[in-house]
Amino acid sequence: MVMTEEQARVRQQTKRILNRFGRRRGNLVPILQKVQGEIGYLPREAMLEIAEFLDMPEIDVYGVVTFYNQFRLNPPGKHSVRVCLGTACHMKGGYITLDAWKRRLGIDRGQTSPDREFDLDTVACVGCCVMAPVTVVDDKPQGKVAPTKVDGILLSFKLEKERQGEESR
Amino acid sequence: MKTVSLTIDGKRVKAHEGEKVLWAALDNGIYVPNLCTLRDNSEPSAACRLCFVEVEGKKQPVPACTETIEQGMVVNTKGPGALRLARTALELLLASHPVDCAHCPSSGSCELQKIAAHLGVKLKTRRFRKLLRELLVDSSSPVFIYDPNKCVLCGRCVWVCRERLGIGVLGFAHRGFERVVTTFGDGPIAESKCRDCGECVVACPTGALTFKDKQGTVKSAHKERVETETTQ
Repeated sequence: MVMTEEQARVRQQTKRILNRFGRRRGNLVPILQKVQGEIGYLPREAMLEIAEFLDMPEIDVYGVVTFYNQFRLNPPGKHSVRVCLGTACHMKGGYITLDAWKRRLGIDRGQTSPDREFDLDTVACVGCCVMAPVTVVDDKPQGKVAPTKVDGILLSFKLEKERQGEESR
Repeated sequence: MKTVSLTIDGKRVKAHEGEKVLWAALDNGIYVPNLCTLRDNSEPSAACRLCFVEVEGKKQPVPACTETIEQGMVVNTKGPGALRLARTALELLLASHPVDCAHCPSSGSCELQKIAAHLGVKLKTRRFRKLLRELLVDSSSPVFIYDPNKCVLCGRCVWVCRERLGIGVLGFAHRGFERVVTTFGDGPIAESKCRDCGECVVACPTGALTFKDKQGTVKSAHKERVETETTQ
């Protein structure tokens, strides 16, 4: 299999990070955190490299990555969308909001849109339940997010992008 | 090796020192439901919660697969407390299992059927809401078919592939209800480092892993399983 430039870069970057760690299995989570901190997510090649370094089955690295919420398998998008599914948001239809985001962005939770503009995920309460159902867009909590508001938020991003495009021209 | 004598269900039995209650019972013809352990696994995970037995002197039922036998121990495999736990565990497993026995190649050799009959639990249980996972079947391997919907996450195949054979293709991934036995990156088995030995199929207690026959269709794993059990 021919390695793409990006894959080769990921391998090198991971190797450089691994140099700072011992080959103990207990280092798996700290290594994953460090690699994600630098690359932004955990690409396939990085996980393979880590598995080889720690001499453990590749599936075990994958198992840990998919177990913990903090690890992501997709590159982060330019804007992050976090739909709250805490108790209050759940009762106020958080799943309907999530479905609206999924439909509009054409992606599932934990995924990034093909143009790498948005990544979608869920959170389990962000602490502003009076505003339920909440969606945190780029670290800014948006309250009472009905499907129509999803369209509104996306439209504002679209308009902003068009404006930026005109300014740079 | 020293032998230890104990009583299981009122029957005086002898077993090797250090043996677990589960194997002592099975070796003496006393069936105790079990899914997640294999005899050569020295560190049973006690994950399936089906082998509960009551031991005289202990307040709570204990898993037979992790309980080491002791001289003069009195074990009751039919205690109401133990059976209640085992029945609930089985009903929870069946609540997210297709129970499509009529079309399943493992029907007749399936441990779930055997355990349900032993515990007096109906396969179509009504106690819990049915919740199926609807995962894709992987038939990429030339030797076997993997249907994750029928998997009970006992981990036998994972243990065999990793510990007994040292290959380590299979493992657990994802969390909670989405947890599955899978390969790296959830890829097809044919694209993994699988050597098509089929040992995982032999280990599988359900219809999740079944052999293909020469025409590439599904065949019962029953024969293979019986053969390996008698050669041990």
